[in-house]
Amino acid sequence: MTVGARLRRKQALIAWGFCLPFVLVFGVFMLVPLLGSFGMSFTDFTARDIRSPFSVNFIGLQQYTDLFADARFRQSLLVTGLFVVIGIPLTMVVALALALALNSGSGRIVSLFRVGFYAPVVTSIVAVSVVWRYILQPEGLANQALSLIGIQGPDWLNDSTWALPSLILMAVWRNVGTLMIIFLAGLQAVPTDVHEAAMMDGAGGFRRLISVTLPLLRPTLLLGAVLISVGYLQFFEEAFVMTKGGPLDATLSVAYYTYQQFGFGEYGMASAASYVLFLVIALVSLVQFRVLRSQD
Amino acid sequence: MPKKLTYTVLSLGLAAWLLPFLWMALGSFKNQGEILRRPPTWWPEQPTGENYGQWFGPLHFSTFFTNSLIVAVLTVLGNLVFCSMVGYALAKMEFPGKKLLFGLVMVTLMVPGVVTFVPLFVMVSKLGLLNSYAALILPFITAPLGVFLMRQFILGIPDALLEAARIDGAGELRIFARIVMPLCGPPLATLGILTFLTSWNNFLWPLVAAQSEDRYTLPVALSLYSTGQNATNYGLLLAGSVLVIVPILLLFVALQRYFIQGVATTGLK
Repeated sequence: MTVGARLRRKQALIAWGFCLPFVLVFGVFMLVPLLGSFGMSFTDFTARDIRSPFSVNFIGLQQYTDLFADARFRQSLLVTGLFVVIGIPLTMVVALALALALNSGSGRIVSLFRVGFYAPVVTSIVAVSVVWRYILQPEGLANQALSLIGIQGPDWLNDSTWALPSLILMAVWRNVGTLMIIFLAGLQAVPTDVHEAAMMDGAGGFRRLISVTLPLLRPTLLLGAVLISVGYLQFFEEAFVMTKGGPLDATLSVAYYTYQQFGFGEYGMASAASYVLFLVIALVSLVQFRVLRSQD
Repeated sequence: MPKKLTYTVLSLGLAAWLLPFLWMALGSFKNQGEILRRPPTWWPEQPTGENYGQWFGPLHFSTFFTNSLIVAVLTVLGNLVFCSMVGYALAKMEFPGKKLLFGLVMVTLMVPGVVTFVPLFVMVSKLGLLNSYAALILPFITAPLGVFLMRQFILGIPDALLEAARIDGAGELRIFARIVMPLCGPPLATLGILTFLTSWNNFLWPLVAAQSEDRYTLPVALSLYSTGQNATNYGLLLAGSVLVIVPILLLFVALQRYFIQGVATTGLK
């Protein structure tokens, strides 16, 4: 061995030494379960098989065909889809409005608003779900407020029409802070001279928003939408604490369906469901990397 | 819009935004009779500490709090040490398999917890680790996001600095501990805070891995009480929510600059 080769080998050993703890944990607790889940989705693995793994049979795509034949799984896809399709634009509009309002100001008061609107982001979903369940009772604070303007509010969480919108509203409340921060960063990058030029040409505030700010902000808006979609696609805790997926499966998300199948001991089925969700999220992430790259 | 009007609207909006927190805090001091009264009272008429008394007495809040804290602190420490070690190797060393390792880190950055938890559960129960601290901590003791964050930062540390130390005869471990780590304050703060936040609020895995009260974390304890026989005891549940939320809110207010920086730099919650 030449001196150079020996040196390189020593360097490689040192480098892998630095990586060793991570590689071990990452391998055992991430890669193995990730592949395991994929493998399990092609078997009839159930809770009973934990004790006798040799009784597990390879059944090909059976779990996946069963999955799509199950009306409840299709319902969970629909629920998750609605949550994402309605939740994201709502979150974005509110976050953008806040970011625009805050961007025009400066100083301590702005940072106070920023901290305040961001506060729900750091809280436990389980804990805020408890609070919102209390607020959304038939005689709760929400309906008391509505009755002031003469509206008789529904029993939000026990009404199959209103349960999902209730969870979406709560998600908007909890997540706006994240997007607000990202949009604020984007707005600060919009050059002021473009605005001044537009003002010279006689464009009013609203006109400048539509024709100058929003087009320049488009990459940031797209980034925000993709970032938040990964979280929204996995929504689970809200449904777990507030509605148990009901009423009539109106808030049964894919993640909740997976958890239920796991609870029934149907591990193969749960794995298949989680992989369908994973595929969707992977597609969204792919878009995200594209967006990120195009920004560099 | 004139500035004054903007700020008035924003102030009203913020008040409404934070109202659920206020309502939670006020409710936690009301007794069961008052909490269900219609129309609702604003300030507790007979403030009572009985809801908190339950948590600090028969419901073992201190056990859940200690569990959450042990899990979060060890998870944070593990992430700070291990992620920065890999980050250093990936940023400043050449070795076979480097591209593959980094590729795997990037690919798994977005793997949702729900995908791995079923095999993880089977594995952990096979190993006899269910209901142990190890089961709650080990799966999260490193994270792809942390590796990515540390690598990106360490890339920016000038090579000349490290070369100078090498010429002076310092080994890699010494360079890492004495030169790289002390320069990594900002990303370590960001990573530490993000990891603490995620761990404190983590739910799905602790829900299936912690199987007896002595291993419940705070969110697990709260969720199980909120669905069992206590499902309508709102005073108790609101007090529990206060106990889960207040520690993290205090931490947030104290370190808000880093929290917000964390979102801005990683783009993730």
